[in-house]
Amino acid sequence: MIERTPILNAVTYFIMFLGLLLILGPFWMIFAASTQSLAQVNTVPFNFMPGADFLHNLQAAWQRANLGPALFNSFVTSVLVMTGKIVVAALSAFAIVYFRSPLRHVFFWMVFLTLMLPLEVRVIPTYNIAADVFAPVRWLIQTLTGIELSLQWNLLNSYSGLVLPLIATATGTFLYRQFYMTLPDELAEAAKMDGARPWRFFIDILLPLSRTNMLALATIMFVYAWNQYLWPKLMTTEAEYRTAMVAMRTLVPSVNSLPEWNISMAGALIIMLPPLIVVAVLQRWFVRGLVSTEK
Amino acid sequence: MAFLASDEEAEPVDLMNKRAVFKSWWLPIAFAMPQLLLIFFFFYWPATSVLTWAFSLEPAFGGVGERLFVGWDNFREVFADTEYWRSVSLSLLFAFGATALSMFIAFVLAICVDRQLKGSGLFRFFYIWPYAIAAPAVGLAFRFIFAPESGLIAVVNTWSPDLWNPAKFGSHAMILVVVCFAWKWIGYNFIFMTAGLQSIPRSLIEASAMDGSGPVRRAFDLQIPLLAPTLFFLLVLNLTESFVGPDTYGIVDLTTEGGPNKSTDVMVYRIVSEAFRGLNYSGAAAQSLVLIALIMLFTFIQFRYVERRVHYK
Repeated sequence: MIERTPILNAVTYFIMFLGLLLILGPFWMIFAASTQSLAQVNTVPFNFMPGADFLHNLQAAWQRANLGPALFNSFVTSVLVMTGKIVVAALSAFAIVYFRSPLRHVFFWMVFLTLMLPLEVRVIPTYNIAADVFAPVRWLIQTLTGIELSLQWNLLNSYSGLVLPLIATATGTFLYRQFYMTLPDELAEAAKMDGARPWRFFIDILLPLSRTNMLALATIMFVYAWNQYLWPKLMTTEAEYRTAMVAMRTLVPSVNSLPEWNISMAGALIIMLPPLIVVAVLQRWFVRGLVSTEK
Repeated sequence: MAFLASDEEAEPVDLMNKRAVFKSWWLPIAFAMPQLLLIFFFFYWPATSVLTWAFSLEPAFGGVGERLFVGWDNFREVFADTEYWRSVSLSLLFAFGATALSMFIAFVLAICVDRQLKGSGLFRFFYIWPYAIAAPAVGLAFRFIFAPESGLIAVVNTWSPDLWNPAKFGSHAMILVVVCFAWKWIGYNFIFMTAGLQSIPRSLIEASAMDGSGPVRRAFDLQIPLLAPTLFFLLVLNLTESFVGPDTYGIVDLTTEGGPNKSTDVMVYRIVSEAFRGLNYSGAAAQSLVLIALIMLFTFIQFRYVERRVHYK
């Protein structure tokens, strides 16, 4: 751009092409394998040309992993996580930034601390509480008043159970807090001068301004929720609430059966497509969301 | 990202406070309530359980009654287990291997793309893709690609049997999971590195070009030092993610399941399988706490280091 460096440019292109092979190679192999027959997919060396069995493999994978309901569950979960996260984050960041209550710092640090402990290390107690959400409430009431309640709410095998623990983290809250901090003080001053109440200010000024933020957060939350594996795997013991990611486990060829990699790859292709579309089509928003949630 | 935000000196802004705020004592509580409830039920309560479990034992024979407080006994038991130490060293090997590989490749690609040659936008478009793919899907795909009897690498076994067999050799299995993780995270690292490189003022690059430095020289003397905060941030993040991240669990579960012979039984995988298959809650909780201590250390370093560079414009 600034100078002529033909050799270096050639080297740069060479490296970039190698990188492209490294990135797209696996994608192509998944696709090629998913179009081949059982015999073709197991030839060594691997044949990179697509075969003719694509539809047949898709169908087989769809049936074997019961992908219809699984994809539906994944979709519902992802959309709920996405909206839930946005609503919760926008509201709580508003409380942190636009009110000067003494509890504000305590709240901020309580939210911040949730970043320390990923779901993987507290997955067992989270599972226990999902099985019996009101356990802490019962405990609290019993120690305070001595009354024993029989309040019960079991989240296992339900959409709330799939969704709620995933919303209970801090990611979006910080994104919103940071966004509110960048808004000029004059906005709130003017709104107050005009007699707007907090709720009005939030709905009519903050929400429209944060549209960009919302889209960015929505894209990353969708991908995040769709790609969840451990939590849905543990808490859905019934097949009807299985998400697509969990269903993928059934596509791994087992030791004693035919190595039907063509069907595995066809299933993998279907399952990984939705987040890939989000990232490819909404890449601008996705990148922005990712870059701005990391503090 | 804040610490890449701007190099111009920000006005001394009060970071925690707005000048104009609303007055109400109950509204902020109401607004924060959904989040408060969620983190109470699904974060603080479970987190406290981890603490209590780590220091106590379930009553014997599933009996009812108080948990038995045992002090540091659970930790002693965990630390006395040679399998545990093996798992720790495997995790370290995995974390450092995957981080180094992923960051190196992403860095080379980011530097190349940042030269802004014709068509580099197209390359950038594709380099981000791996991050969209879920870890288990990456695991499944690479399990096929690296399978010993079909896929891409199987051809080496026709030259000589068992040159490559991750189902049989621990070292091969480790390479497989490291490659999966590194591949997936190339996308993420690449995004942050290009963002960091773009925030280096163009005028700086041009000035140094005028002084006669070539692109390679500029990469080493200008771009790498100025990218240092980003690189550091990514280093910490990659290490923590590969140590305790969901991706590690997903990849191991879909490729090797901790085997062969526990040679890829990394800490996250071990904790979950110990709790759910072995039903050893206390042991798993103690292991979780050790892991948490490690993450807190990482996060602390990162936060101190990063926060100093935060400006809000």
